Amino acid sequence: MALKIVKGSIDRMFDKNLQDLVRGIRNHKDDEAKYISTCIDEIKQELKQDNIAVKANAVCKLTYLQMLGYDVSWAAFNIVEVMSSSKFTYKRIGYLAASQCFHESTDVIMLTTNQIRKDLSSPNQYDTGVALTGLSCFVTPDLARDLANDIMTLMSHTKPYIRKKAVLIMYKVFLKYPESLRPAFPRLKEKLEDPDPGVQSAAVNVICELARRNPKNYLSLAPLFFKLMTSSTNNWVLIKIIKLFGALTPLEPRLGKKLIEPLTNLIHSTSAMSLLYECVNTVILCVQKLRILIEDSDQNLKYLGLLAMSKILKTHPKSVQSHKDLILQCLDDKDESIRLRALDLLYGMVSKKNLMEIVKKLMLHVDKAEGTTYRDELLTKIIDICSQSNYQYITNFEWYISILVELTRLEGTRHGHLIASQMLDVAIRVKAIRAFAVAQMATLLDNAHLLTGNTQRNGICEVLYAAAWICGEFSEHLENPAQTLEAMLRPKVATLPGHIQAVYVQNTAKLFATILKSQEGNADGTTSEETTQLMIDRLPLFVQSANLEVQERASCILQLVKYIQKLQQKDVEVAEEVSALFAGELNPVAPKAQKKVPVPEGLDLDAWINEPPSESESEDEQPKAIFTKEEPKHSRPRHTEVDEKELAKRREARKQEQANNPFYIKASPSSQKVYQDAPGVEHIPVVQIDLSVPLKVPGLPMSDQYVKLEEERRQKERAEKKKKEKKKRKEKRSGRGKKHDSGPESEEDITPAHMVDIVTEEMPENALPSDEDDKDPNDPHKALDIDLDKPLADSEKLPVRSHRAAEALKSPVEDAEAENAGPQESKKKSSKDKKEKKKDKDRKVDAGNLITSTDLLHLVSLTDGFLFFVCDIQGNLQDGSQVVVSVIFENKCSSFLKSMEFNVLDSLNSKLQRPEGSGPHDGLTVPFQLPPGVSNEARFVFTVQSIVMPQKLKGTLTFIVKNEDSSTHEKLDFKLHFTCTSYLITTPCYSDAFAKLLESGDLKSSSIRLEGVNMPFHHLLARICFHHHFSVVERIDSCASMYSRSIQGHHVCLLVKTSAQTVSIDAKCDEPTLLGNVLDEIKQTFSQC
Amino acid sequence: MMRFLLLFSRQGRLRLQKWFTPMTEREKKKIIRDMTTLVLARQPRSCNFIQWKDLKIIYKRYASLYFCLGVENQENELLALEVIHRYVELLDKYFGNVCELDIIFNFEKAYFILDEFLMGGEIQETSKQMVNRSIEASDMLQEDDSSEWYEVELFG
Repeated sequence: MALKIVKGSIDRMFDKNLQDLVRGIRNHKDDEAKYISTCIDEIKQELKQDNIAVKANAVCKLTYLQMLGYDVSWAAFNIVEVMSSSKFTYKRIGYLAASQCFHESTDVIMLTTNQIRKDLSSPNQYDTGVALTGLSCFVTPDLARDLANDIMTLMSHTKPYIRKKAVLIMYKVFLKYPESLRPAFPRLKEKLEDPDPGVQSAAVNVICELARRNPKNYLSLAPLFFKLMTSSTNNWVLIKIIKLFGALTPLEPRLGKKLIEPLTNLIHSTSAMSLLYECVNTVILCVQKLRILIEDSDQNLKYLGLLAMSKILKTHPKSVQSHKDLILQCLDDKDESIRLRALDLLYGMVSKKNLMEIVKKLMLHVDKAEGTTYRDELLTKIIDICSQSNYQYITNFEWYISILVELTRLEGTRHGHLIASQMLDVAIRVKAIRAFAVAQMATLLDNAHLLTGNTQRNGICEVLYAAAWICGEFSEHLENPAQTLEAMLRPKVATLPGHIQAVYVQNTAKLFATILKSQEGNADGTTSEETTQLMIDRLPLFVQSANLEVQERASCILQLVKYIQKLQQKDVEVAEEVSALFAGELNPVAPKAQKKVPVPEGLDLDAWINEPPSESESEDEQPKAIFTKEEPKHSRPRHTEVDEKELAKRREARKQEQANNPFYIKASPSSQKVYQDAPGVEHIPVVQIDLSVPLKVPGLPMSDQYVKLEEERRQKERAEKKKKEKKKRKEKRSGRGKKHDSGPESEEDITPAHMVDIVTEEMPENALPSDEDDKDPNDPHKALDIDLDKPLADSEKLPVRSHRAAEALKSPVEDAEAENAGPQESKKKSSKDKKEKKKDKDRKVDAGNLITSTDLLHLVSLTDGFLFFVCDIQGNLQDGSQVVVSVIFENKCSSFLKSMEFNVLDSLNSKLQRPEGSGPHDGLTVPFQLPPGVSNEARFVFTVQSIVMPQKLKGTLTFIVKNEDSSTHEKLDFKLHFTCTSYLITTPCYSDAFAKLLESGDLKSSSIRLEGVNMPFHHLLARICFHHHFSVVERIDSCASMYSRSIQGHHVCLLVKTSAQTVSIDAKCDEPTLLGNVLDEIKQTFSQC
Repeated sequence: MMRFLLLFSRQGRLRLQKWFTPMTEREKKKIIRDMTTLVLARQPRSCNFIQWKDLKIIYKRYASLYFCLGVENQENELLALEVIHRYVELLDKYFGNVCELDIIFNFEKAYFILDEFLMGGEIQETSKQMVNRSIEASDMLQEDDSSEWYEVELFG
């Protein structure tokens, strides 16, 4: 014996400890991976030993390896073992490993509940401490629910060390189990006045965190916090409190006044910059102070100053705008973080007046910028700034277009599509600019080779997409359409991405139409004939394109052009008809338009169109619904050839309709229009832009020209105005002369250079103006928006101890209620539950009668006038021996149902999992009660040993029916049918893996034939997928391979063939009995249809 | 609330990672990769803050080690810097003139110290003395444990 122990410790001496491992890894720099894999093998050996010290050492090493990026999830169970050691040394290591490696889907977490509970109540405060620390990292909703009460008790522990940890972890518990917030809150509030400063600051932290998300519920705490703020000297706590007040003041303006004094005191007295920053941030009273921050040489303060500025900008834009110089200066900073913040600020600072100037400055930066990321950021910012609020700040769209054109010269930017969409948007919506835009785009197309130097890495060629479309669509504005057409048909175009080529091809046709039309009057038809010839010469290149879209369009247009050529040779006038192909105008549609279509009165989208189908039919329907998408859409009506007249007629009718429709938004009465109507504007001469400005030199920035022109224009305008004003003043001499001093021009004075008419994007008629699009429904903090001042109801007490069967319950509230609530259950909650699935309502079955899973959905439904229940049996993927039965109980009578007990007579093979300490024949209490008409779901876990045979289990459900005056005890018998199918789990499988599996030769085969199956093949497959949990691996014509896996890892492969009402299924599986039973079940499914 | 704390070397080798919210391995790896590339690319004498997705990243370099803290958007950056600094002070106090190797070879100690200072993404204890005291006490307990264990091994 003694020898064995000595041997054990000698062995251990030879084990590597953590230090050895680290040293070893450092010494094996060249073959680290190999070294580590031997280490992992050693660790695996160590984990197999019984000695907990060895195990702990192994787990410690694993934690280190996990940090290096190695997967150690396989050791999760060993970690739990080490956690449960009674020695603090090992427990500490175990919890550390768990906090590093566990996450919500780690399945062994389920096993830790009792261990953690034990540690929480340990007499040793450090045991409790490590448990709390560990739990804070991996708490799951289940753990939170089960342990909430224990942790709440710990908040009043005698040791402050435990109290503060318990308080902190409560926040995590609230997040995972919101129901605990109300019951735990009074105690949390108490902790704000805890004698220990650590506990106090922990409580402040947690409440701050809660209040920031839902401030209105915490207003009542303001006086308490006020007291803390004036008395506390701990800067860490003060910062949090001030932050909290920052969240509360918007809701209670009076607070602001009260806060000014203590805050200014703090600002003047504190030496801590962090505290000062927080104060300034909250009060936002002194932008000047921020200027000091930004001008500071400390980069950190500069950054924070800018950040705070952007907050002030939202409320007081005027005060920030005066610091424009400083912010622009920050754009030159070498630090990218700071530059980006400055950019954000610029976004909010632009006005009509300074937009051009700011963008000019930004363009300079674009040229200078080194990294492409920063340059791209600049580019998006420029576009953001210009396009914000519907181009509100742009007074000169020619300038904007030229800015966009200049931006196209950026090499290697990823934002080509952004520029393109801006070009399209502006050209479509600003009618006045079209002629100019078209000219610019034509130049761009002509110089396309400059952009597309390297199409592979160049995102900028997206711009050509826009250019081609604009030139085509608005070709009537083109000065020299023939030249553009030639540019668009160059062979080089074929190197562009497919979708761009497609647009090119389509738009050459539009250009072609325009040219024909313009030449129509000409007696000399050579130009049109030449153009036609050009089309016929060049288009074949695109007909050969590998891109389907390009090919299709090109060949279509080529045929059309050839036909036109024939007509031309016969001297037939064709221009009219050709251009009619592209007549009509596109209106921009708002991106949200579809969503905003209001539901007409009287239309209920949730209502059934036909009577809801009965149960069995609905199952037939479902697979159809799954597969309809796959069906090839032959049925789509072909576009019938509509002759020209008809088209014109329709167009006319549509125009008529639009004109008569009061809701049709054409050229909207946007804010811009005001300028047109405003008196006086007409007198302002619109400066004609001289287009001889060297637009043709693509290398030269020209937006500057516009800045200058714009300046001049504004000057002139001002002069004009002054003149007018003088006149006016002369007229009314008696007026107070000084008042009209023309200081710096105000926003409103700047008129746009063009009669700009920004077409609003179309919205459906009666669109609802709601703007709730941006709320995130998944925010976990939403659940914590709970009124905390309401008195606590009995039903809200935390569950003291809940049993495992109810673990996966959908709504933990019910669970909690059921265990604590007295017989007078509050009825309020019941309405909530009504949304529970109410399927299968129509199916009536006599009391106590058995419906085995005839329909193979594994539904057992019973009703006896009181209660109705449906259940669904499903294997548990994580545990090969577990089956979860979800049961939906619905109360069909008008009485209250309570004390429901679910019991099943265990067989040798299948057992109902019961909570610890209960006997093998005890029933499980259903963890809720049912008011009339309410349904709820409970899950029961069964352990199953062998899954190769189907099973039937007898069970009973007992419950009490409670009326106002009496209560009776009722009993309901049922049978649960565990089919073999219920052990299968839909698992996708790739065809190569599938082939390997079949080749391996480990599988036994078997086959069946089904006669007289009269359904389409895809329905048949869908049916197998749906009812028997298979997935299709591959399908070729009337033959398909399918795959599924059992919860114990058996592979089941099917080869399904069909010919004339006969279906043959060849199947392979590593377990012949299981396979036989599954096939029988499949046969049964089809025999019923 | 703080989301994570990472320590890594100039070469981008991770030395310590603490996640205050549960995350899958994949998410963790992605964040680690992003953080190291982002932080290591920063020029000296830049500010210590980076905006990354919806988080604020606050980092600071101490000798060869980078301390990188990810906090939620409403947090105070300077406070986060203080947190980093306080942690370094605690390490320094515990190891005595701490260096990167101390953290590599005693990485579990580094975690234990952190666990006494921060918890669940919040500051747990603002007093240095208190943190030191509880770490010492736990270590004492651990030594008791191991000596006891040796007795059992040798004479049991």
